Amino acid sequence: MASRDYMNRLPDTGSSLRRPESFSRRWHIDLPLLLLLLALAGVGLVVLYSAAGEEFHYVKRQAVFMGLAFIGMLIAAQIPLEFYRRWSPWFYLAGCCLLVAVLFVGVGAKGAQRWLQVGGFRFQPSEALKLAVPIAVAAYLHKRTLPPSLLTVLGALVIIAVPAVLIVRQPDLGTSILIAASGIFALYLSGLSWKMIGSAIVMGLMAAWPMWMWGLRDYQRQRILTLFNPDADRLGAGWNIFQSKAAIGSGGWSGKGFMQGTQSQLDFLPESHTDFIIAVLAEEWGMRGALILLALYLLIIARGIYISFMAQHVFGRLLAGSITLTFFVYVFVNIGMVTGLLPVVGVPLPLVSHGGTSVITLMAGFGILMAVSTERRRVLF
Amino acid sequence: MSENLHFKDHHSEQRLFRNRMLVAIFGVVALLSVLVARLYNLQVVNYEDYRTQSDQNRIQVRPVPPTRGLIYDRNGELLADNRPSYTLSIVRERVKDLDATLELLGQLVELDDSDVEKFKRRLPRRRPFEPVPLRYRLSEEEIARISVNEFHLLGVSVEAELVRYYPERELFAHSVGYVGRINERELSSFSEEDVSRYRGTQSIGKVGLERSYEDLLLGEVGYENVETNARGRVLRVLERQDPKPGAELTLHLDTRLQQVATEALGDSRGAVVAIDVKTGGVLAFVSQPSFDPNLFVTGISFKDYSALRDSLDVPLFNRVVQGQYPPGSTLKPMMGLGGLAAGVITAETKVADPGFFKLPNDSRIYRDWKRWGHGKHVDLIQGLAQSCDVYFWDMAHRWGIDGMYDIATRFGLGEKTGIDLPREYPGLFPSRDWKRGARGVPWFPGDSLNAVLGQGFVLATPLQLAVMTATIANRGTHYRPQVVMAVDGIEQPPEILHHVDARPEHWDLVFEGMEAVVYSTHGTGKRAGAGLDFKVAGKSGTAQVVGIAQGEKYDSEALKERHRDHALFVAFAPVDDPQIAVSVLVENGEGGGRVAAPVAREVFFDWMSRTYEDTAMGTGWRPPMSPSALNGHREAG
Repeated sequence: MASRDYMNRLPDTGSSLRRPESFSRRWHIDLPLLLLLLALAGVGLVVLYSAAGEEFHYVKRQAVFMGLAFIGMLIAAQIPLEFYRRWSPWFYLAGCCLLVAVLFVGVGAKGAQRWLQVGGFRFQPSEALKLAVPIAVAAYLHKRTLPPSLLTVLGALVIIAVPAVLIVRQPDLGTSILIAASGIFALYLSGLSWKMIGSAIVMGLMAAWPMWMWGLRDYQRQRILTLFNPDADRLGAGWNIFQSKAAIGSGGWSGKGFMQGTQSQLDFLPESHTDFIIAVLAEEWGMRGALILLALYLLIIARGIYISFMAQHVFGRLLAGSITLTFFVYVFVNIGMVTGLLPVVGVPLPLVSHGGTSVITLMAGFGILMAVSTERRRVLF
Repeated sequence: MSENLHFKDHHSEQRLFRNRMLVAIFGVVALLSVLVARLYNLQVVNYEDYRTQSDQNRIQVRPVPPTRGLIYDRNGELLADNRPSYTLSIVRERVKDLDATLELLGQLVELDDSDVEKFKRRLPRRRPFEPVPLRYRLSEEEIARISVNEFHLLGVSVEAELVRYYPERELFAHSVGYVGRINERELSSFSEEDVSRYRGTQSIGKVGLERSYEDLLLGEVGYENVETNARGRVLRVLERQDPKPGAELTLHLDTRLQQVATEALGDSRGAVVAIDVKTGGVLAFVSQPSFDPNLFVTGISFKDYSALRDSLDVPLFNRVVQGQYPPGSTLKPMMGLGGLAAGVITAETKVADPGFFKLPNDSRIYRDWKRWGHGKHVDLIQGLAQSCDVYFWDMAHRWGIDGMYDIATRFGLGEKTGIDLPREYPGLFPSRDWKRGARGVPWFPGDSLNAVLGQGFVLATPLQLAVMTATIANRGTHYRPQVVMAVDGIEQPPEILHHVDARPEHWDLVFEGMEAVVYSTHGTGKRAGAGLDFKVAGKSGTAQVVGIAQGEKYDSEALKERHRDHALFVAFAPVDDPQIAVSVLVENGEGGGRVAAPVAREVFFDWMSRTYEDTAMGTGWRPPMSPSALNGHREAG
C-alpha cells in the first residue's frame, strides 16, 4: 500500500518548469476554453434578454452571477489538483451530511425540499455534490489498479449511490440522474469492462418495470407518458411541449428575428427564460442560431476531451473526462426535453438558462478543468 | 487482457482511457446528430405546420359588426339612432368553470334565471372563442363592480355595443318599426351567407322599415385579425377590413305632421295616413294606440310584452296596413267617377230619392241613411255632398259588379298597395268569380248595392283609402305609396302603378262633388275645411261594426263603446292644385264627418301652412340629399 501510495502521489507542484511560463499558464488559465465560455455566456445573456421580456432585472442578475461564476472558475483553477484529491473524501462526506440535513430541515416549494436556509442565505447542497461526486470517484479510482476490479466497481457505485438516493428523496430526479451520471462517467472512463457495462444495461432494463410501478411519482410518470403522446392533453401536461415545439418549428431556418418570437414574447411558451430558453433562441434565430449554439457546446466539449487526453495522471484524466461528459449530458437532456425527445425533467441549459447556483457550479467545474489543463507537466519517474 | 496487471501501468491506463473516451466521443457525436436531426425535422421539414400552429396560437379573426344605417325623417330629424350600450359577455373557451363564474357574476350584477337560461341556449350556437352575451344594458355601477373583480373573471368581458334607439318613441313605432335580438327561428332560417353577414351582429329588423329595409340597413361585416397572448388578451390588430355601414334612409314622413295627426286623433283608436299626391310619398302614418319600440331592442321583458299583447286596444296592431275595415261611403267619389267614365251616369243624371230603394222583382227595401230621402232630383254632386245612398244604388244596379270591380282595382282596392312596409293586408273588393270561389254562390244584384257603398264583402285598409284618394286627387295617376324617400341620399323615384282614364270633365265633376262635401249647406264633411284659406275636397264614411272579435275579454262598458260604427274620412287639398291626400279612421267614432273630418283638417292645416324654409330651419336640418330634390315635391305653399 505504501509503495503504491508513493506511485500514486501527484507530481510535486512545487518543482519549477524549465520553460518560461506564459501568463495563462502561470494563472492556470486555459485560453481556448475561457474564450469559448465567454462566448457562450454572451450568447446566453442575449437570449435571456429576449426571453425575459420587459423584466430586465433577470438579465442583470444573471450577469452578476456570471461574473461571480467566472471569478469562482479562476479561483478553482488556482487550486492544485492534489488538494482536490486529498480532500475529496471530506468534501464528499460533508456534502452527504448536508443532503441528510435537507431531508430533515430543508425548505422548498411545490412539494420538493431542496434547499438549506442559514440565516438569510439559501443554498442547494445537491449543487455541491455535482462536483463532489466525480471528484470522489476519480480520487477513489486514482488509487486503484485499472481497469477496476468488480470490488472496486462496487465501491465506486456505493460512492455514487448514496448521494443519488438522498437527492431522489427530495425529490429531484433530474439532478440525481446528472450526479449519478457524473460518477458513472468517471467509472466508465477508468476502463470499466464491456462485460460489466453490458450486464448493467441488462439489469437496468430488468429494473425498468418495477421502477415504473413503484419507483416513480405520479407527476414523473405523467411526464414520461406525455413524451410519447404529446397531443393527448394540449392544455394540461402536454402544453409545455406543444408550445415549445411550435416555437422551435415556427422559427424555421432563419428565425423570426431578435425579440420577434411570438411564442415566447406573447407568453405562449412556459418557462421561457429558464428550462425552455433554447426554444426562444430557436424561434428567434432559427436553426442557424441553434446550430451556432450547438457548435459552441461541441467546441467546449472537444476542448474538455482534449484536456482529459492531455492530463498527466488518472485523477485529472477521469475528473476532466467526467466533467466534460456530464456537461454534454446537461446540453443533451435539456435540448432533448425541449424538442420533445425526452421527458420533461428540470435540467437547465448550461450557461444560457437563468439561474444562479447552477452557473456557479458549472464554472467551478470548468475551473477544475483548467487546473487539469495547466498542471505543470512533469515526467513521472 | 488487463487481468494480470497488478501494478499501475500508466501507458495501459492511458490507452484504456483513450479507448473508452473514443467510444464516448462517438456517443457524443451520435447524440448531437440526433439533436441536429430533430431540429431539422422541426424547423425545416415541418416548418409550415409549426408556423401555422404558432400563428393560430396568436392570431384570431374577429368579426367587426357594421353600424346600422340611420333613419331620418324628410327634414333630417333622426328617427332611429345607434347608441352605445354595455353588454356583459363570456368567451367560453377561456372560462375554466362556467358555473362558478356565473355564480360569481350573479353576486356582482343583477342576473335573473331567464338571463342565464337564454345565455345557455345561445352558448352552443356560437363558436368557443366568440363572446356570448349574458346581460345587456349594464349600469355604470355594475361595470365598475366587474372591472374591480376582473382578475377573478377570466373570459368575462364588458363590451360596448351600438344599440338601436328610437328618440321619438311611440310616434313612429308602426312605420319605422324596431329591431330586436336575432331569435332562434331567424337563426335557423339563415342561409350560409346570412350567417356570415350577421357575424358579430346581434340585432335584426323585426317590423316596419327596419324589417323591409333590413338588407340595406345592415351594412357589411368587417373583419380584423388580432394578435392575442396566451391569456387571450388582444395585443394589437394586425389587419383590419372595415365594415361597411348600413345605408341611411330618409323618409317621406314628417315628424311634425305625424305629431299633429297623432294629437288630432287624441285618445281615440284609429289611423291617419297622409300621402304626398305628387309622389305617393307617405307623409304621416299614424296607428293609434302605439307603443315604445325601444322596449324591444335588447329583448322585451315578459311582463311588458304580455301587457302589450293582452291590451284590449291592441297597440301592436298596425291599423294602417293591417286593419281591414268596411270603407263605407268613402268609396262613393271613386264609384261616381267609374260610373261617369263607363257612361252609366252623366252630369245630368238625376235620381228621385224617397228614402229607400227597391230592386225590380225583389220585395226587399234598401233604406237610405236619411229616413225621408234627399229629394226628387239628386244629381252626382248632391249625391256625393249629402252621401245619397239611393243615387249610388241606382247607378250600381244599372252598372253591375264587373265595372265596379274593374274601377276599384285600378284605384288599388282589393290588393296590396305595394308600400315598402312588411306584412301588408290586401283588403277585399268582391267580384263574381271571387264570390263563386269563396262562398260557392252566384252574385246577386243586392251584392252590388252593398259593394257600391263599401259594405258587405268590401274591406280596405286606411292606407288603401289614402292611395285611392291620392289617385283621385292626381286625376287618375296611381302612385305606389312609399315611406322611404332616399337611400344614402339617392332619391327613390316615384312609381306609377296604374292610370285611371277618364275625361277631364269627369274629374272636375268628382272634385266638385267632394268639394261640396266640405262646403255645401248639407255637406257631411264641413269640419274638414273649417277656417282654412285653401279648398278641401273630401268624403265621409261610416263603417258598421258587425260584432266583436272572438277571444276578446268581456267588459260591458267597453263592449258598448266597441259596438259603435267606425268613423271614416278621406280628403285631399288644395282642390285647385292637390298636394296632400289623407285618410282618417276613428274606431267606434260613429260619425265620419263629425269625428274624422276634423282630424283631416288638422293635417291639412299644418302641412299647408308651412313653407319649405321653416321646415328646414326649425329642426336642425342636415342635408340628407340635395336640397333641390327635397324641394322638388313641395314647391307650393
